[in-house]
Amino acid sequence: MENFFIKVKGIIEAADDSANYFLDNWNEHNFTVSKSSIFDIIKALKENGFQYLVDITGAHYPDTENEYQIVYHIHNLTENLRIRLKVNLDSKKLEVPSMVSLYDGANWMERETFDFYGISFTNHPNLTRILNVDDMDYHPMRKEYKLEDETRTDKSDKYFGR
Amino acid sequence: MVKVVKAPEGIEGQGFFATSFDKVIGLARANSLWPLPFATSCCGIEFMATMGPNYDLARFGSERMSFSPRQADLLIVAGTISKKLGPVLKKVYDQMAEPKWVLSVGACASSGGIFDTYSVLQGIDHVIPVDVYVPGCPPRPEQIIEGVLKIQELAKNESLRRRDSVEYKKMLESYNIEQQ
Repeated sequence: MENFFIKVKGIIEAADDSANYFLDNWNEHNFTVSKSSIFDIIKALKENGFQYLVDITGAHYPDTENEYQIVYHIHNLTENLRIRLKVNLDSKKLEVPSMVSLYDGANWMERETFDFYGISFTNHPNLTRILNVDDMDYHPMRKEYKLEDETRTDKSDKYFGR
Repeated sequence: MVKVVKAPEGIEGQGFFATSFDKVIGLARANSLWPLPFATSCCGIEFMATMGPNYDLARFGSERMSFSPRQADLLIVAGTISKKLGPVLKKVYDQMAEPKWVLSVGACASSGGIFDTYSVLQGIDHVIPVDVYVPGCPPRPEQIIEGVLKIQELAKNESLRRRDSVEYKKMLESYNIEQQ
């Protein structure tokens, strides 16, 4: 497995010379890569046996330079190697290439990420909300809302002793 | 052992018994409610216990669960209703024939409960009118039976003209429900 990981690391670093590798506290492999190279990296990894896209999700770190992040988890089943790829996004241009052409399973994951974070995926066949009501006009997992919605009228203070 | 409900108040004599339609029809309705269980979560599990042989909702004339809204009298909403499920619930209610009653079982159906969040309907009474609320998280089967008995009281004492009244129509209008 060690040899295989060195090969994988080589593939990622060849595709993106700004790729940053780190091991997290649970000894899992993480790479921070750039937006322009993410599609090519995942494509190359898929050709090297990473046939299983475990998850795509977003993350929001408010008040930082690159507020939004997309995280890909991919798994090589024959080598039993898991890799996590993180892409930092400019909050003015929340766009990443869609992985649907590589993995069909990416379809709903990307719709979910769009639904909750408002990050759009270019070349996605049907980028619409998947879990929330269709007429919702915000992206609820962004960390930019107060804990309690001040505009709501359905929960009056008097029921909570406030 | 067969148990028979008591006859309503009336004038009794040799060979005849006179009472009002309201009372007879109310009696019949109250003791043969057909519930439609709309169970989505843990309250639904408690409701299953209520239906089962230990607690046995059938003792109160609600033997037959109706899984078609068109043949149901009582909509039992047991569990969290998300905002996305709201229109579905409303459609189910719409399809029920008058007279119909709604029993809201548990904190989630009644007020959203612990799910004070963007995706959960904060009480089904935002979508459909509710007759009886059962508190609890989840309520015990005895409480659900108590709720059904309260519905029976309502059915028993309801005026036959209530569903045609202006107040009732106004109430439905406030929920944007068209009376069939």
